[in-house]
Amino acid sequence: MDHAQLARASFIVIPLILLALLIIPGRRAVRLPLAIIAGVVVAFGLGAMMATGNFTYMISFSTMAMIYAILSLGLNSQWGLSGHVNFGVAGFFAVGAFTSALVTTTMPTGALAAYSQQAFGLGQPFLVGVLAAGIVSAIVGYLVSIPVLRLRTDFLAIATLGIAEIIRLIFQNERWLANGPQPLRGIPQPLGCLFDDPACSWLPAPVAAFLQPLGPRDYIFFYFLLVAIILAVIYVALERISRSPWGRVQRAVRDEENSAAMSGKPVTFFRIQSFVVGSFIMGVGGAIYAHYVVSIDYSHFNPLFATFIVWVMLMLGGSGNNKGAILGPFVVWAVWTGTQSVVDLMAPVLSLISPDLPSRSAYFRWMLVAILLAAIVLYRPEGIIRERKRVSDFMKRTGKD
Amino acid sequence: MSMEKSAVSEEDVSSDPSAPKPAARRGLALQNRSTFAGVLVLILVLFWVLGLLKGASAGDLLSMTIWGVMLGGIIALGAIGLTLVYGVLKFPNFAHGAFLTIGAYSAFAIMQMLPQGPALKPFSFGWEMIAAIILALPIVAVVALILDRVLFYPLRKRGASLVLFAMASLAGTFFLRSVIYLIWGSDFHFFYPGRPNPALHLPLGIRVQADQIFVFVLAIVLVGLVYLLLERSRMGKAMRATANNPDLAQVRGINTERVIAWTWVIGGALAAAGGVMYGLASQLRPEMGFFLLLPIFAAAIMGGVGSPIGALVGAIIIGIAQQLSASFLNPAYGPAVAFALMILVLVVQPQGLFGQSGK
Repeated sequence: MDHAQLARASFIVIPLILLALLIIPGRRAVRLPLAIIAGVVVAFGLGAMMATGNFTYMISFSTMAMIYAILSLGLNSQWGLSGHVNFGVAGFFAVGAFTSALVTTTMPTGALAAYSQQAFGLGQPFLVGVLAAGIVSAIVGYLVSIPVLRLRTDFLAIATLGIAEIIRLIFQNERWLANGPQPLRGIPQPLGCLFDDPACSWLPAPVAAFLQPLGPRDYIFFYFLLVAIILAVIYVALERISRSPWGRVQRAVRDEENSAAMSGKPVTFFRIQSFVVGSFIMGVGGAIYAHYVVSIDYSHFNPLFATFIVWVMLMLGGSGNNKGAILGPFVVWAVWTGTQSVVDLMAPVLSLISPDLPSRSAYFRWMLVAILLAAIVLYRPEGIIRERKRVSDFMKRTGKD
Repeated sequence: MSMEKSAVSEEDVSSDPSAPKPAARRGLALQNRSTFAGVLVLILVLFWVLGLLKGASAGDLLSMTIWGVMLGGIIALGAIGLTLVYGVLKFPNFAHGAFLTIGAYSAFAIMQMLPQGPALKPFSFGWEMIAAIILALPIVAVVALILDRVLFYPLRKRGASLVLFAMASLAGTFFLRSVIYLIWGSDFHFFYPGRPNPALHLPLGIRVQADQIFVFVLAIVLVGLVYLLLERSRMGKAMRATANNPDLAQVRGINTERVIAWTWVIGGALAAAGGVMYGLASQLRPEMGFFLLLPIFAAAIMGGVGSPIGALVGAIIIGIAQQLSASFLNPAYGPAVAFALMILVLVVQPQGLFGQSGK
């Protein structure tokens, strides 16, 4: 393993430790050292074994899957925890992405101003952008929930689908807001200077020397680390609140609305709260996506890529279970990216059927995802990992789980 | 748009049960059906005024209103099928928009196989178009039946929750859309590329295409047939009974599965006609059904779920509102206008104009 590969591998140690903590059962005293050992061994093992290209591909794949995992966790806190059918994930995703983009970029100047318009550009740091994205998305979620959450489930599904469509129409048509139909470019990457030559001036010399062989193309390794930490924070926070009294009320409202109301719980207020929490997380997911792809436009937030596939991920992983909400995105994203190569292999056969078919082969993957969702709904609606029935951490677990 | 938004929020406040007394009384008054219909008409008048303020002439606005009625006819063809399925099976079928797309594209495919005859003046289309419509109806009816067999029948047997039905229909819509993309690609298509379709000049400065009149008349005829079927035939009676109370209907010896199959057939065929009409009025594109889905839902909910006449009335109101809003708003926001009206209905009068009160 050369120096550059060693530096790359060092970035994935912490994400792997977090993953190990998620998987390894047992007491905390045993888990932590085990997880650290496993993380270090696997990280440097992967670095030693894999070629640079494959290694980078694996990391960029995982980064995208983790961004979807954030969306899926957000949806889980709405659907899994309190039974809101939000078919408008794309809308909150878009609001988050564009908010963070507007907050962190600066207003275009000079010749660029003729091509690129935006309502404002505050030039704030990354974390401010992410927080702003979450907050604005939560506000949108709140405004949506006031008229809609008192309605029946089916009406909520229709209304959220419509809201996402309208949000997309706004970003498509309002040029002054975020460059309309043209992409909004130049969204800054946090700490991108780590990989520049010379590196950030504040960086201690030994670290700078360690990162010296890495170029801007290796930025993805740092972003992977960043997304993993944010995902872990969201996961832990959601696990805490879903086991708190608040989370129990949410499940009560979901399963037995009348009983919850009879116990004196303000049902509508609780429903609005969980909807807002989910919107916040989806907004954060949007911000992270925006800083990852650097250039965004309305077409990224169509119902397929942003709503439908997130539902497939959550349903497959297991709704109501946050571990499932993380597992699902990895599986579905692997299927999605993996089938690309299968479809490419099929290209000669397809061109025999019709000369147009190979250029349209991308739609085979749509079809596959649609079939996958139908199969989940028909055969395993509870997903890979079921929701765990747990009343309290202080009571002994009963039965199978 | 801004005016309409404010109307939404005002209604929202007045229907809030915790609001002070006078507002509550106002909310109660709004829940009266005729008052509510009046509010809807008032919104359309408001749209006229906004259009006039933006500098559109009265003749233009009159033409737009009439185009809106025509668009309403297309929306109604989709909304009636949706409202029947919604009423009988009790779930929002998100795949209904895809039925319109399938209908339009299958008519397109049929027309390419048929020899192209001269146009039937004053319309822009020939006999092959009529033949294509007639053949497209059973095709989409069969597609709807297959979708029901594969997706919804197993869920029904299991007594699955409404959400799973909605998810399944979402899967259905994406499946059908990918089929369309695979066969016809993402380009726009026209039934008659490049054929001129001049507008007729009617009195009062109204300009309407003959095709638009055809679309509306066909929509009215089909809606009338459905109404007769529901009110006069045994199957219609069984359908209404099943929508009202499926268990009781079954106890009384109604074969509910057969009723459901007929519901899909009627809904699919009407959607096919709507899709062809929309393709004739504008162009064919794979997203057309999804684009129409919001107005269709808005019309079905405004009219009251399960009521075909309500769907027709709702569709015409939505159609007029969409077309009129183009006089003072970017036309791309048509679905947004439909959506805002739908939210207004949901908040103020969830059972719609013609629906049964209660759930």
